[in-house]
Amino acid sequence: MNKIDKDLLEQISNLHGVPQGSFNIRKNGQALKRKSTSEIEILPKPDKSGIDIIVKPNVKNRSVHIPVIITVGGFNDLVYNDFYIGENAEVSIIAGCGIHNSANETSQHDGIHSFHLEKGCKVKYIEKHLGLGKEGVGKILNPTTNIVMEESSEFEMETYQLGGVTYSNRITKAKIKDNAKLLVTEKILTTNTQTAITHFTANLVGKNASVNIVSRSVAKDNSKQKFISNVIGNNECFGHVECDGIILNNAVIESTPKIVAKDVNASLVHEAAIGKIAGEQITKLMTLGLNKDEAEELIIKGFLK
Amino acid sequence: MIELKNICYSVIEDGKEKQILKDINLQFEENTITAITGHNGSGKSTLIKLLMAIASPSSGKIFYNGKDITNLDTSYRANNGFTIAFQQPVKFKGLTVKDLINVASRKNNKVKDACQYLAEVGLCARNYLDRPLDDTLSGGELKRIELAIALAKGGEVFLFDEPEAGIDLWSFEGLISIFQKLKNKTVIIVSHQRKILEIADNIVILNANDSPIQGKAKTMIKQLESKNICYKLSGGKNE
Repeated sequence: MNKIDKDLLEQISNLHGVPQGSFNIRKNGQALKRKSTSEIEILPKPDKSGIDIIVKPNVKNRSVHIPVIITVGGFNDLVYNDFYIGENAEVSIIAGCGIHNSANETSQHDGIHSFHLEKGCKVKYIEKHLGLGKEGVGKILNPTTNIVMEESSEFEMETYQLGGVTYSNRITKAKIKDNAKLLVTEKILTTNTQTAITHFTANLVGKNASVNIVSRSVAKDNSKQKFISNVIGNNECFGHVECDGIILNNAVIESTPKIVAKDVNASLVHEAAIGKIAGEQITKLMTLGLNKDEAEELIIKGFLK
Repeated sequence: MIELKNICYSVIEDGKEKQILKDINLQFEENTITAITGHNGSGKSTLIKLLMAIASPSSGKIFYNGKDITNLDTSYRANNGFTIAFQQPVKFKGLTVKDLINVASRKNNKVKDACQYLAEVGLCARNYLDRPLDDTLSGGELKRIELAIALAKGGEVFLFDEPEAGIDLWSFEGLISIFQKLKNKTVIIVSHQRKILEIADNIVILNANDSPIQGKAKTMIKQLESKNICYKLSGGKNE
């Protein structure tokens, strides 16, 4: 691993070297390093690019890192990763993709992740997306996450795109069965002429199924963001979508939170607020000694923290 | 010392000019606590905003230790000893209590140090440091945290806009003792509370239709009582 590899890995998955436990580090379409354990097995797919991650039932307090890095220009990477989480297992999965592109041609990574959660398991899934290298050159990331949640399972997803990605189309679909709980936190920062699109579809099929989606986005310069969510309540269930956006300069944020209740006992709520930074927040921080630019920077940092 | 000379402040309402403060001349000495009181709409909060450069006077001058600071902005005043606690604390999505305490004190506080500021306002500090300053905190909690942030910032001139409002669950004595600890500073408090007026050295009564009256607290309280214009001076409700 060279310095660029290490920097990317540190920023997308907080890795300072080889992680503990199971991991798979993918670089420019190839497995750079991989380790399976008896509790979490990682197997390459025989028929296409990608891996199967198999977490055995009742495994507790384990983590698996599966970062992807791309360090060349003009490279298109498509990968299929399937996660099979056994009954009552509790695991953290740290994914994420970083592109360092110093060439003149666009590089792109499309990661199709499918999660199969068995009864009673708990998953914390963190993915960070980052673009570095030459300004103005395409660094495209299109993550797709499909989640099927069996009874009483829990999935907590944190997704971050904190700069440098020129285009992203993030698609997340979940089927949530009895007493299962999905929590999604998304934080996105776009600058220059970047575009970020998010599609969430949560299908609450089970009794007492619940979903909570919190999206916070900051769009600067001439960047554009689009947030589309669709929460469908087919049973006695709970759904909440909150979309907060801050726009600066000539940026545009479009939010379309849709909720569909198909059962009288479905309780679905959406909230959306987009606007500039509140003047009173800047004033407050100026009364603590910051100047206007420092105040804006801190407010955005806190908002996306 | 802070001096206000011929300060006027007006706003445009429904296309007409409305004068909030008219020809105000006041002095605030060092090592004194001054309470500002007056009817609703008499311009108390406006006066505090002018002192912190959150609003600019339409005319007149503000001097601090002999220097004309009228055109110097909020950041300048904050960095030169002025500290304010708002009547309505500002909420932030994401920024935590500790973030604000760190910004205010210009250092990355250890938990123990940050806790001290919260303990001074009667909060069990460890429960609050990592909480965001948003709607998950009650009005009373936000108000006390606002005071803690002001204490963490420190300074030479402290401006408190109705600090007692919403602190019902905390002992009034706690609030009073904070002001007494600041006796060696220039403290200006907007308040209607008799207990706060009583610990002040000076009292200013703002009157929308007349010049403000400034005097020693004891004399001024008697005057307020005798004229029966003591609004809510009985010590009960706040404005």
